[in-house]
Amino acid sequence: MNRLGLLALQILVGLAGFAIWHVLTVYPILGAPKQIQFFFSTPVDVLARTWAEITGPEIWGHLWITLQETVLAFVFGAAGGIAFGFLFARNRLLAAVFDPYIKAANALPRVVLAPIFALWFGLGIWSKVALGFTLVFFIVFFNIFQGVREVSPVVLDNARMLGMNERGLLRHVYWPSALTWMFSSLHTAVGFALVGAVVGEYLGSSAGLGYKIHEAESVFDVTGVFSGMLILTVFVLVIDTLVTLIENRLLVWRPQAGSART
Amino acid sequence: MSRQGLGQHDSAADAVRLEAVAIAFALKGGRRYVAVEGIDLAVEPGEFVAVVGPTGSGKSTLLNAAAGLLRPADGRVTVFGTPLQGLNGRAGYLFQADALMPWKTALDNIAVALEPQGVRRAEALSRARDWLARVGLANFSDRYPHMLSGGQRKRVALAQMLIRDPEILLMDEPFGPLDAQTRQIMGNLLLDLWAADRKAVIFVTHDLEEAIALSDRVIVLSAGPAARIVGCYPVPLARPRDTSEIRLDPQFHALYQQIWTCLRVEVSRAYADGPA
Repeated sequence: MNRLGLLALQILVGLAGFAIWHVLTVYPILGAPKQIQFFFSTPVDVLARTWAEITGPEIWGHLWITLQETVLAFVFGAAGGIAFGFLFARNRLLAAVFDPYIKAANALPRVVLAPIFALWFGLGIWSKVALGFTLVFFIVFFNIFQGVREVSPVVLDNARMLGMNERGLLRHVYWPSALTWMFSSLHTAVGFALVGAVVGEYLGSSAGLGYKIHEAESVFDVTGVFSGMLILTVFVLVIDTLVTLIENRLLVWRPQAGSART
Repeated sequence: MSRQGLGQHDSAADAVRLEAVAIAFALKGGRRYVAVEGIDLAVEPGEFVAVVGPTGSGKSTLLNAAAGLLRPADGRVTVFGTPLQGLNGRAGYLFQADALMPWKTALDNIAVALEPQGVRRAEALSRARDWLARVGLANFSDRYPHMLSGGQRKRVALAQMLIRDPEILLMDEPFGPLDAQTRQIMGNLLLDLWAADRKAVIFVTHDLEEAIALSDRVIVLSAGPAARIVGCYPVPLARPRDTSEIRLDPQFHALYQQIWTCLRVEVSRAYADGPA
């Protein structure tokens, strides 16, 4: 299957989905269209609303808030995860002592923390950053921990035989190896930072995409909910593409799947 | 037979000297596996010693003891007359498995070897470029290890080891994973580089032909556990040698027969005790 053909099929699936949605909500097949539309809206309405939103000034403010929360949660979570991941991987006693507590903290569904964070940090962006942090931290932490622990012993022995001291090993062996592991989870980590932001907004805030969706929902504005979801989806795809670009730039040394050896 | 590996001269002059070395590993359940025992081996500066033996005879273990990566359970390791403590800083090590840093280019992998010596980055890079050319990879400086073939990776590893100018070279079946032609080419490359400023070499291999073609002396290890040195054969073949042509030399043949007679006993013992 060539690329154009595949693209055509992909677009076809999307159009078919919209067509079914449209037919079922506009024509009286499942019941009175007015009633059906209350629950499912119509694709034309959703697209029109989305267009109105993105051409209006208000949505960009909400997007900016959500983006800020996501980026801050990711940066703080990743920094904390990297620091503690290294510390625990290089110190076996510390890792052993804290092991049950880390497992327990990670087992807790983080959503239940959202109200507490709202209480502690207020309804502004910081309660959302905190929620995203608890999600991102553990993903990065476990990956860095694993990355440092699973450095190839041969590469390590070789570096030591080249005369590297602990600092040299950290810089040339442990750090790049841990980064590989971190980047392999980068998509997940960024995704969770966004989940933290949106869930936090949804549960209590005065701005952001999650707030926007929640607001629409509370007045039974189904069109607004779907439109918010559509904007959120596009937002996530854009961020994910950016992450892929960064990843490809930083992991240029890694063999690509299917690339031929010379 | 027991002191065959030791020369008959002043011990301080030896590059590496193993005396009555035994190496043991702890097994599950508190038992101990003795890999090698009673090893006496001395390598003079400028001497190329090959160690052969059946699989599981502790060849690599011996090398790791000389490198300081393993601490002997018994006996003494001295380097130029000084007892070895920690890692052997005067030795370079060429591993059997890929040991290059996969996240560094060929050039960076070689240049980074100079960093512990405090060489400035710009100078390290220019010296690394020279070495890359000496191992025949001048045009491959920006390649990452996964973009190189097995033989090319070994060339980079060889340059990485030699750029530090170590006085002792320890090699653990370095050309083991390569195909037959590449092995001979790598053998010749190694001999060329070594001939420039003869270092003391311990070269571990399971390939007797390779051992004879490269070395001044072939040491035969017995089958493990508790492997010992059971033979020591000087190789009086003239240098410089071509590793593929020398195999046709009648003297090579005679030597091969002689050492193989010793080695085959150990190989069949190793298999009788349970093949690896």
